[in-house]
Amino acid sequence: MIRKNLRLPQLIIAGFMLCLFATAHMLGFNMKTLISTSFTKFAMNGVMVLAMIPMLKAGAGLNFGLPIGIISGLVGMCLSIQLRLSGMGGFFCALLFTLPVALFFGFLYALILDHVKGKEDIAAIFIGYSVIPLMDFFWTVAPFTNREMLYPIGGSGLRPKISLENYFGSVLDNLWSFELAGLTIPTGLLLFYSLIALLLFLFFKTRTGEAMEALGQNEDFCYLAGIPVKKIRHLAIILSTLIGGVGIIVYAQSYGFVELYNGPSGFAFPAVSSIIIGGYIGKESGVFQAMLGTYLYQTIYLLSSPIANAVLIPELSEITRMIVTNGIILYAFLQQNRRKHD
Amino acid sequence: MIKKIWKAEIIVPVLFILIDILCFILSRVSTGFLVEQVSVRFIRNGVLVLSLILPVVAGMGLNFCVTVGAMAAQAAYIISLNHNLYGGPGVLAVFVMTIIFNLIIGFVLGKIMNLVKGKEMVTSIVIGSLSNYLYQLIFIAGYGTILPVHNENIILKNGVGVESMVDLKTYKEFFNSFGSVKVAQIPISIFLIFMVFLLAFGMFYLLHTPFGKQVQVMGYDEKKAQTLGIPIDRYRIYVMIASSVLAGIGQFIYLQNIGTLNTYTEHLNVDTFSCAALLVGGASIRRANVKNAMVGVLIMHTLFVVSSIAGQNLFANTALGEYFRSFVVYGIITFALIMNLRIENKKRMTG
Repeated sequence: MIRKNLRLPQLIIAGFMLCLFATAHMLGFNMKTLISTSFTKFAMNGVMVLAMIPMLKAGAGLNFGLPIGIISGLVGMCLSIQLRLSGMGGFFCALLFTLPVALFFGFLYALILDHVKGKEDIAAIFIGYSVIPLMDFFWTVAPFTNREMLYPIGGSGLRPKISLENYFGSVLDNLWSFELAGLTIPTGLLLFYSLIALLLFLFFKTRTGEAMEALGQNEDFCYLAGIPVKKIRHLAIILSTLIGGVGIIVYAQSYGFVELYNGPSGFAFPAVSSIIIGGYIGKESGVFQAMLGTYLYQTIYLLSSPIANAVLIPELSEITRMIVTNGIILYAFLQQNRRKHD
Repeated sequence: MIKKIWKAEIIVPVLFILIDILCFILSRVSTGFLVEQVSVRFIRNGVLVLSLILPVVAGMGLNFCVTVGAMAAQAAYIISLNHNLYGGPGVLAVFVMTIIFNLIIGFVLGKIMNLVKGKEMVTSIVIGSLSNYLYQLIFIAGYGTILPVHNENIILKNGVGVESMVDLKTYKEFFNSFGSVKVAQIPISIFLIFMVFLLAFGMFYLLHTPFGKQVQVMGYDEKKAQTLGIPIDRYRIYVMIASSVLAGIGQFIYLQNIGTLNTYTEHLNVDTFSCAALLVGGASIRRANVKNAMVGVLIMHTLFVVSSIAGQNLFANTALGEYFRSFVVYGIITFALIMNLRIENKKRMTG
C-alpha cells in the first residue's frame, strides 16, 4: 500500500520538507507553533484540492478552471455579508448561497468543456482567466449596500479585501479548538475538512460515483454499457465547481478576508500541484492522495517563509513555492506523455 | 469546413475594428493622438507578435513561452549593465547575448515540446510561469550573493538583488543617434523601424520558402508530413528556436524604445497580449500569417489606447475600461481555443 502510494515526487517533496523542518529547528523557530499552523494551513487549503477529484476521476482533466468555483463561493460569501449574517449562521448561509451559483456556473463550465474534450487543461486555464475580468465588472457594479464591503472613499463597488472579523471569520478555526502539549488544534476546521473528504469518498462508493470513475477509465465502454456519459461528465464538473466554492469559503473564514477581483487567480496552480504531489501521476487521484499532497505542499510553503525571512530575502519563500508548483506540474505533463508512449 | 475558418478570419478582425471605432467615438480623443500612440506601440510590439506565427503554422499552437525569450532579452540588458557596458558596445553585447540565450532556450523548449506532443500549449504556459520564477530567483536572490556585482547602481541598497527599475537610457541614446523620428514626443530610432519591417518581411518570405511550406504541411497533417519524409521533430525544434529568437529581439526592441526596464514585471503578459493580438488579427491556433500579426497589433493597440478613456467617459470609472481590456485579451484566446478544438474534435470523430 505504502510502496504503491509513495513515488519519486512524493519522496523528493517529503525529503525537502524534512530538510526545511531541520533548518527551521536549527534557526531556533518555535516548532510547536509551526506544527499547529501547518494543520490550519492544511485544512484551510485542503477543500480546494478536493475540487480536483471529481473532474480527474471523470477523465475531464485537471481542474485549472478552479477560479470558477472560487467565484461562486465569493458570491455566496458576499450575499451572506450583505445580509449581515455572522457566526456559524453566516458561514452556513454563505455555503447555502454558493450552491445555486456554483450549480449555474458549473453547468456553463461543463457545457463549454464539452467542446474541448481531451484538451480541457488549456481551455480551462483560459476560461478561468476570462471569468476573472468578467466578474470584476460584477464586483464594481453589483448593488451591494453594506458599508463594510464597499470602497471606503473614492472608487465604486466592492473593496478588494473584505474583512470577515464581524461576520464569520475563524468560526471553524475556533470551534472546539483546544491546546494539546502547547499545540493548538483547530478541531472544527479539521472536522469540517474531514467531513467534506468523507462525503466525497462515500460519493465514489455510490452507483453514480462508480460510473464517474469508470467514465474516466474508458469512455467508449461506458457508452456501450448504457451509462449516460454526458450527464455524468457534467455532474463531475459541477461537483468540482461546487467543492471549489466551498473551498474558498473555508479558506476565507480561516484567512479572515474575502479577496475579490484578482483574488481567485492564484489558487488553481497550487491546487493542481498539490494533487499531483499527492499521487495523481500514479493514476491514483483519491481523497487520500489529495490530503497527502495538500499537507506536503502547504507545509513546504509554511516552512519556507520564516527561513526566507531569516536569510533576509523575504521574496524567496513565494519564489520557491511557485518554482515547486510549476515544476511539479511540468513534471506531471512530461510523465503523462511518457506513460502514453509505453 | 475550410470556408468556416476563412470566414472567421474576416469576421473577427471586422468585429474588433467595430469595437475599436465605438470606443474611439466614446473616448473623444483626437485622431492624431490615436495614430501617434498606435504607431509607437506598433513598432514596440510588432516583432513579439511575429514570433508566434511559426509555432502556430507548425501545429504547435500558441507559444506562451515567448515570455522566456523576452526574459532572456531582459537578462541580457541587466548583464550588460552589470559589466558596465554602455553605448554602442553595450548594445552589441545585449543583442549578441539575447540571440545566444534564445538559441539555447529555443533548443531546450523544442526538445520539451517534442516530449509533450499534443499538450504543447498548456506545457508552454507552465514553462513560462516556471521561468518567470527562476528569473526572479536569479535577479532577486542571485545578484550580490552568488553572482558578482560590478555595477552598484543597478543593485538594491542592501547589496542583494537587482533594482525593480533599471535605467536603459544609454542604449536608447545610442540607437537614436542614428537618427530618429519623433512620434507623439517619443523618438523612435529609424534603425528600429527598419528592423521591424525587415523582420516582418523576413517572416513573410520564410513562410514561402520550401522550409516554410514543409512546416505548414507538418502543422496541417503530421501523418502526411511523415510520409513526405519531413523530419518533424527536428523541424519542431527549429521552429521553437526561431520563435524564441524573434521573441528575444522583440523584447530587445521594446525595451530599447521604452528606455527603462521594470525588472520583475516587464515580461508579464507579453505572452497573452501577443497571442490575443495575433488572434484578433484573424489567425486561429492552426493558421496564422504576417498579415494577421500586423493587423492584430494595430487593432489591439487601438483598443488599449481608447478603451480605458472610453470607460472613463461612459461610466466615470477607468477601472471598467481596464477590465474590458483584460477580458478581451483572455476572452479572445479562450474563444479561439474552444472554436478550434471543437472543429478538431469533430474532425477526429468523423474522420
